[in-house]
Amino acid sequence: MKGDPKNKRRKFLDKSLKLGLAAALGGLGLSKFASILNAKPESPSGHTMELMDTDGNIIQVDSSEVVEIEHSNDPNISYGVREGDPNRKYVMVIDLAKCKNALKCQTACNKHHYITGDHAWLKVYKMQEDEDTAPYWMPTTCMHCDHPACVTVCPVDATFKRRDGLVLIDNERCIGCRFCMAACPYSTRVFNWGDPGQEVTLNMDMEVAGKPHHSIEYAGMPSLKGTVDKCDFCPHAIKENVLPHCVTACPNGVFYFGDKYEDTVTNGDESLRLSKLLRDKHGYRLMEGLGTKPSVYYLPPVNRLVDFEDGLESFTDYQSVEKPD
Amino acid sequence: MKNTDRLIKDLAPKKFGKLGVLWTILLIIVSLLGIVAYIDQVIKGQVVTNMNDYALWGIYISNFVFFVATSFVGTVTVSILRLTKNTWRTPIVRIAEIISLAAIIMAGLTIMIDMGRPDRLMNLFIHGRMQSPIIWDVIIIPTYIVLSLLLLYFPLLPDLALLKTYFKNTKPKLSKFYGWLSLNWSGSEKQKSIQLKSIHMLAIFIIPAGFVLQTIDAWLFSTLFRVGWDSTNMGAYFISGASVAGVSALVTVVYVIRRAYKLEAYITDRHFDKLGKFLVLTCAIYLYFNINEYLIPEFTSKKEEITHLNHLFSGQYAPLFWFVIIGGLVLPIVIMLFKKGRKPLPMFIVGLLVVLGSWWKRFLIVTPTLLNPFLPMQGVPESWHHYIPSMHEWLITGGTLAMALLIITVLVRYFPVIPIQRTADEQELIKSDKPIEL
Repeated sequence: MKGDPKNKRRKFLDKSLKLGLAAALGGLGLSKFASILNAKPESPSGHTMELMDTDGNIIQVDSSEVVEIEHSNDPNISYGVREGDPNRKYVMVIDLAKCKNALKCQTACNKHHYITGDHAWLKVYKMQEDEDTAPYWMPTTCMHCDHPACVTVCPVDATFKRRDGLVLIDNERCIGCRFCMAACPYSTRVFNWGDPGQEVTLNMDMEVAGKPHHSIEYAGMPSLKGTVDKCDFCPHAIKENVLPHCVTACPNGVFYFGDKYEDTVTNGDESLRLSKLLRDKHGYRLMEGLGTKPSVYYLPPVNRLVDFEDGLESFTDYQSVEKPD
Repeated sequence: MKNTDRLIKDLAPKKFGKLGVLWTILLIIVSLLGIVAYIDQVIKGQVVTNMNDYALWGIYISNFVFFVATSFVGTVTVSILRLTKNTWRTPIVRIAEIISLAAIIMAGLTIMIDMGRPDRLMNLFIHGRMQSPIIWDVIIIPTYIVLSLLLLYFPLLPDLALLKTYFKNTKPKLSKFYGWLSLNWSGSEKQKSIQLKSIHMLAIFIIPAGFVLQTIDAWLFSTLFRVGWDSTNMGAYFISGASVAGVSALVTVVYVIRRAYKLEAYITDRHFDKLGKFLVLTCAIYLYFNINEYLIPEFTSKKEEITHLNHLFSGQYAPLFWFVIIGGLVLPIVIMLFKKGRKPLPMFIVGLLVVLGSWWKRFLIVTPTLLNPFLPMQGVPESWHHYIPSMHEWLITGGTLAMALLIITVLVRYFPVIPIQRTADEQELIKSDKPIEL
């Protein structure tokens, strides 16, 4: 087979291809190297400027090295619904010591989100880890995880994570595969199995008065048959500088809402330092071990101001949305 | 050439008898009922099912997983037996290819039935994101459909040419149809070498494709946190389970076709014996993975795992669970270990049992896990604590199963189920005492 001209040509082609590849790589390396060598700083201009660094020290910098950067807080940058506010990181703190299952949060949430199904977005669980430990009430919202399992598995990017921390759903894009619902360990997502039938209760004078329209901003309101819904942290309220409905509705100040970057949360009555609150009261997050990194923190039900038994009265095992009779 | 003539006469597609016609009509009726129920579901929404926010997937998904698993038969029998040069496969490979194609086509359709918004199917292509296991499925299922179709079609070419001549005078229209499909097959050496090479390549390609398909199917579950799904065992577990579902489906279909077409001379007891040994092997491997899947969590006894396992071992799913394990795996293994158990009729009964077990096994993988969430089930109607499929779901699922059988029936009606040319070649070779190399 040695003398086969076809084979020879093949060998030649093979060799020249390899050689070419090596040459190309070498060339690339050389040019990189050269650019590093050439990257001398611009000749100093002689003028220096005094600046303050982030630690508060005054430093001197040659004025040729000072470049103007675009200010990140430019008010002219339009706010994208999918992007969210880049300078915010919304968080919630739920103080279990104060919750007595008054369910005002749930009622307000159901009302303001026009929930017509059988499954509320906000639920108050009757919890007891073990028969020897104390029972407590645990309100849950969407955890708005920083590593959201639901967003990872969505095949069409219908549910997405915003820069301000919110996890929202575009119900005009959702294909209804329910993979996100299976992925969520907090069972927080609900599905519109049939026609939501919101026309009966829905007053279409939401935030944007006038004709009915779909907006992710309002948790994809109105709900659509065959798509997924869930707690949205009320971006329509945040936009108006108003606290989410559950926060304002709670008579016991259980819910605190705020911005992690500002390190402040408030329940409407008192505003607290988030970091100090979590440190002092041993804040924790649900199922930390799963690595979902929720935006909702819990304060343990210790030194309780209310009796657990008080909540039993309004506890309904099989209902979370009140139906009109 | 007298031998070939007799073979063609025996193996060429024949008109169905009364029973065959009745069977086909029945399948059409069940399929139509399923279609009507599905249309109703599209109009009213999935509220017609008994799924809910906890049991968010039901028999649509478990049926889908069953179809995907069954389609694996093309990989395990056709290509693995081919590459390992098991010549006894000749009379059963085409049936395996037909089952494989029917199952994977129906898998593709079934997954769409589960979509809340089938009208937005195109979003998968417009907005698809590679990180979602569903997109992996969207890529692999069509790939596997194409591979299965070609693996059925290429070996058919010589037979189609034979049938073209055979039906030339009696049925000119049918003859033309076969001629058109046979792509001018003349049986020349060049054509043969191209055909053999293509089949060989397909047989190799379909193995990784089949493994990827089954693994992705497993990953639809194991990429999620839920108890019972969050297991590293899942990929291999699904591949071995698919071998069980596929081979058992093959056994039952081969038996029925053998009876209906009177092919006892071609599909002999020896073939059932071989299939029986093959099925025992796959069942034993699957049993091993089942032990891994259920015994280790039981041993470590994590609270959530134990709740889940109790549902299966002694709770509301116990009868189904033990039927699947004992009736669908242990008993078949025991029966098939005996030579008498590998005779055609016992094999048919065992095959049916295993198919049935395989179908319910998928239900047990999907539903109990969903009804055992991390946070307690509260604030939802009492009926959401259980899941029993609704009439719509049964009709639609029955419809998909009937459609799969209908595809098999139609293909069996119009194409030779036993490769004619190949059988002829093999018989020639045996006569001339040459080593068989096909």
